Amino acid sequence: MELHSAGEDAIIVYLGHATSPEVAARVQAAVTAVTQTLGPDLVDLVPSYASLLIIYDPLQTDHLSVSHRVRAALQSLQAADMDAGRTVILPVYYAPESGEDLEALAANAGLSIEEVIALHSGSEYRVYAIGFAPGFAYLGQVDERIAAPRLATPRQKVPRGAVAIADRQTAVYPATSPGGWNLIGRCPTRMFDPDASPTMPVNVGDRVRFEPINREQFLTLGGELG
Amino acid sequence: MSLRVIQPGILSLLQDGGRTGQHRIGLTNGGPLDREAFDYCNLLLGNAKNCTALEVSFGGLHLQAQVDTYICVTGARLPLRINGKEQPRWEVLAVAAGDDIHLEFAEQGCRAYLGVADGFVIPPSFGSTATVMRENIGGLRGDKLHAGDELPCPVVTSRKHLYLASERQPHYGSEITVRVIPGYQQHHFNRLQQRRFFSRPYTVSERCDRMGYRLEGPAIECDIEGILSEGICFGAIQIPADGQPIVLLNDRQTIGGYPKIGSALSLDTARLAQLTPGGTVHFAPITPHGAHNALHLAQSFARRQPLLERRP
Repeated sequence: MELHSAGEDAIIVYLGHATSPEVAARVQAAVTAVTQTLGPDLVDLVPSYASLLIIYDPLQTDHLSVSHRVRAALQSLQAADMDAGRTVILPVYYAPESGEDLEALAANAGLSIEEVIALHSGSEYRVYAIGFAPGFAYLGQVDERIAAPRLATPRQKVPRGAVAIADRQTAVYPATSPGGWNLIGRCPTRMFDPDASPTMPVNVGDRVRFEPINREQFLTLGGELG
Repeated sequence: MSLRVIQPGILSLLQDGGRTGQHRIGLTNGGPLDREAFDYCNLLLGNAKNCTALEVSFGGLHLQAQVDTYICVTGARLPLRINGKEQPRWEVLAVAAGDDIHLEFAEQGCRAYLGVADGFVIPPSFGSTATVMRENIGGLRGDKLHAGDELPCPVVTSRKHLYLASERQPHYGSEITVRVIPGYQQHHFNRLQQRRFFSRPYTVSERCDRMGYRLEGPAIECDIEGILSEGICFGAIQIPADGQPIVLLNDRQTIGGYPKIGSALSLDTARLAQLTPGGTVHFAPITPHGAHNALHLAQSFARRQPLLERRP
């Protein structure tokens, strides 16, 4: 475990150096431990792949006290329960009309479209981080055979619900936005709805499975094309 | 009961103290870019800390009062006119229903705060009224002000006419020093790069907004291109591949993978956000202890500022 002062009101803790379910489970366990130990001095937390950014109130406490308490709390961190978190099923309509890069990605990988779909929907993913935009969940790890680098020129407009791959990460775009990931399908489930409770179907630490659906099912579930 | 927006100006946003505790679903903070000026606005008006006020960037705002209340304008020098007559800023002023309130284009600095007695009454989203346009959250419709918008506020019939003496008002120059806590990734920047960063002036580029201020100057080289994406705190200074630093502010994205050379003090980013393209920035290192002391001193200093009362 490494701990550093990150700014006037923040420290960052590293619980590993690479993306793995074990490190992610430790990050999750650290979220719970830090929340308990800092109580009202804690302002916000940003868990990510291998780190936890801890934001505190610098007018109530200081980095020495926070570092000391966090170190003590994490020393006794139990080997986290890797099965914690829920499993969420997200339906996906995989097709060239819903995923503009599906054909190119398959061709580059030397696979058929059906094989790409089978590989993408055949793995269970973990929610490693949420950020970039409200509700944008970084899921990993994608099978190496369908990993693909970001587009050289990002698109100005990626539609809401787009299911995409970048390197060994995959995600569902929560809102229409610019983006450089490879689009392979469309998910009708809203990933971020400020008026819904909960606002997101997934949390960091949850597991996600993608379930292939056809065009008709996609439209029935409220999906939109175009 | 409201102030009605006749002309919204270039970028006028409803802001409270900002949104916290929502990073886990990817929401950023929002809130006033110049915290000092925002706090003075509420303090002078006798409001609770963090009451919702307007952040007026660059100016061009025209409001019409539909209610009797009190207003106060702090921050950048945007000439204030009520019914055509120039009025003092950093001072609580009575307005009556029908009065025209103009905040003209900035003469010095670029962010002003216009508050009303008891604050604007806006339903919070995720615990805050702060407008973050990139997220389409907060304020009215998650957007900047538009002509015809109504900014709800209560009738207030009595308020002290407090003001801050002109010699105590902040001065918004075009050259500032930003204190920086050297980052935990500084070992990716060799000594020469660190020295360059802390000794050479940088210029505010055209690409500066509420997410971050991109600066131009001697390129800083880093021995890595990216890191495993991690949380980004307020004030973090990212060095992308082109070596030009970006100081991340209130509307920054919450996680990212660019290496960081350090984090700027919020007291100084308040002044940074008052700069327009072409402004000059010097960076100076400060320890975490030094930063902590500076925050407490500033807090204590603000509390001791005498607010004077104008009597008729």
